[in-house]
Amino acid sequence: MSEREIALSVRGVEKSFGRQRVLRGVDLDIYKGESLVIIGPSGCGKSVLLRHLIGLHEPDAGSVHVNGVDIAHMNRSSLYEVRKKFGMLFQNSALFDSMTVGENVAIGLKEHFNLSRAELHKTALVQLDLVGLADAVHKRPSELSGGMRKRVALARTIAMDPEIILYDEPTTGLDPITADVINNLIRSLQKRFHATSITVTHDMVSAYKIADRIAMLHKGQIIYEGSVHEVQTTDNPYVKQFIHGTAEGPVTAA
Amino acid sequence: MGAVAELGELTILVGRMIRTLPKLHKTLRLTLVQMNEMGVGSLPLVVVTSFFTGGVAAVQAAYQFQGWIPDKFVGSVVGRSVLIELGPVLTGLVVGGRVGASIAAELGTMKVTEQIDALEALAIDSIRYLVLPRFIAGAVMIPVVTIFANALAIFGGLLAAVGSIGMSTGTYIEGLRFFFEMSDVWSGMIKSLVFGAIIALMGCYYGLQTSGGAEGVGRSATRAVVSSCLLILISDYILAEFLFSWLFAE
Ligand SMILES: Nc1ncnc2c1ncn2[C@@H]1O[C@H](COP(=O)(O)OP(=O)(O)OP(=O)(O)O)[C@@H](O)[C@H]1O
Ligand SMILES: [Mg+2]
Repeated sequence: MSEREIALSVRGVEKSFGRQRVLRGVDLDIYKGESLVIIGPSGCGKSVLLRHLIGLHEPDAGSVHVNGVDIAHMNRSSLYEVRKKFGMLFQNSALFDSMTVGENVAIGLKEHFNLSRAELHKTALVQLDLVGLADAVHKRPSELSGGMRKRVALARTIAMDPEIILYDEPTTGLDPITADVINNLIRSLQKRFHATSITVTHDMVSAYKIADRIAMLHKGQIIYEGSVHEVQTTDNPYVKQFIHGTAEGPVTAA
Repeated sequence: MGAVAELGELTILVGRMIRTLPKLHKTLRLTLVQMNEMGVGSLPLVVVTSFFTGGVAAVQAAYQFQGWIPDKFVGSVVGRSVLIELGPVLTGLVVGGRVGASIAAELGTMKVTEQIDALEALAIDSIRYLVLPRFIAGAVMIPVVTIFANALAIFGGLLAAVGSIGMSTGTYIEGLRFFFEMSDVWSGMIKSLVFGAIIALMGCYYGLQTSGGAEGVGRSATRAVVSSCLLILISDYILAEFLFSWLFAE
């Protein structure tokens, strides 16, 4: 196990917004090709942590290494090169509402590669088909339901065959059947294309299904890391309270 | 935020934008879309404003002459004041209100809904993709719209001169040509180019600064309009000094 290559390495990352300290020294390693799930109470900084991994936030202290290079203090053009290896699914989808669904999915390819309109359209259709939304290619994001938007955002995230994929609550707001389709998709991207995936979720069914390893963020630090089996059988009171969803216990809402 | 800090942020934005200039060709289509929106979209507003501005200038000039100065100078006064001042400044203020607010609201909405982060996450430079096209379009289209506004204002002045002052078309045009200077046209164009740059920049700057949901978007739009109006008037003064005591000094 110790031979495994590290894709992302987070060391001592701290981040405050004004006087609110959100991350208080996060240490986390993510191995190439693994699927890591990050759990933690609402508002504890999971989304903020994900945003650090792709350089959307700069840490106040600490470092984020991607394939061995520190992205926290990197110039902009190198950062864009690193970001091309990433895909990120935003919690609220963040679709471009001035574009059609198809254009949303193809925008990365359009900007970074020399492809014809027909090729872009075809690729968009292939990606949309994976999330079951090929019919919506000409629609506007405003014409879709929340769950459909999330699936379009997922198609956009994976359109450029990223090496590292960050999913911020991919199954929230989806019905159980669609959620399972998404779980399978995340798993198959990781298995078939050896993508490293990092998923933030509250949905424990989904977490157990897609995780190789689960980490818990609480009060700005990673307080637990373990395999699915370890998580299910742990004595850690924080993790136990979270996975069983009880109001009484050491974890209090942030 | 303090004024110094704002100036710093603005400088950073301009610096980043200038560094994306070599990639302008990748943004050409988006720039054309913006040009169309700013130019064609502003025409109805500009037609009405400049037409009446010219008319008012003519009527006011005739009133102040009170028969002491020959009528033909009505054309001279309208022509020069429109080309140097009224055309560029009023177009800047009117179109600036419209364009500045819409840029700030659009970018502000994109900011609060994480669409700008999504662009960045897709390795697309949001400054190149959003700010550069708007800046170029503003600096090009505001002067173009101003040329159009100047022509309409002078025509509006003619109609007022003929219709309510009772001058002949020939007299008006004679006066217009009597004091005409090409440098007036150029100084008006230089002004409107600066105004266009200010309008686009303020819209982008406040748009990208937006935080705090729908309320924040409204606040950004207001700030963009207020600050571009102020900057237009201030820079108009500075430019007037500069252009007439240096560049076009006799
Ligand atoms: N841009 C920002 N400016 C100020 N505060 C922020 C910003 N982003 C996040 N925060 C604060 O940081 C804290 C963590 O936010 P974050 O979105 O990471 O929570 P989360 O763990 O993803 O929660 P959830 O599960 O509800 O999505 C929150 O208290 C939030 O108010
Ligand atoms: Mg979140």
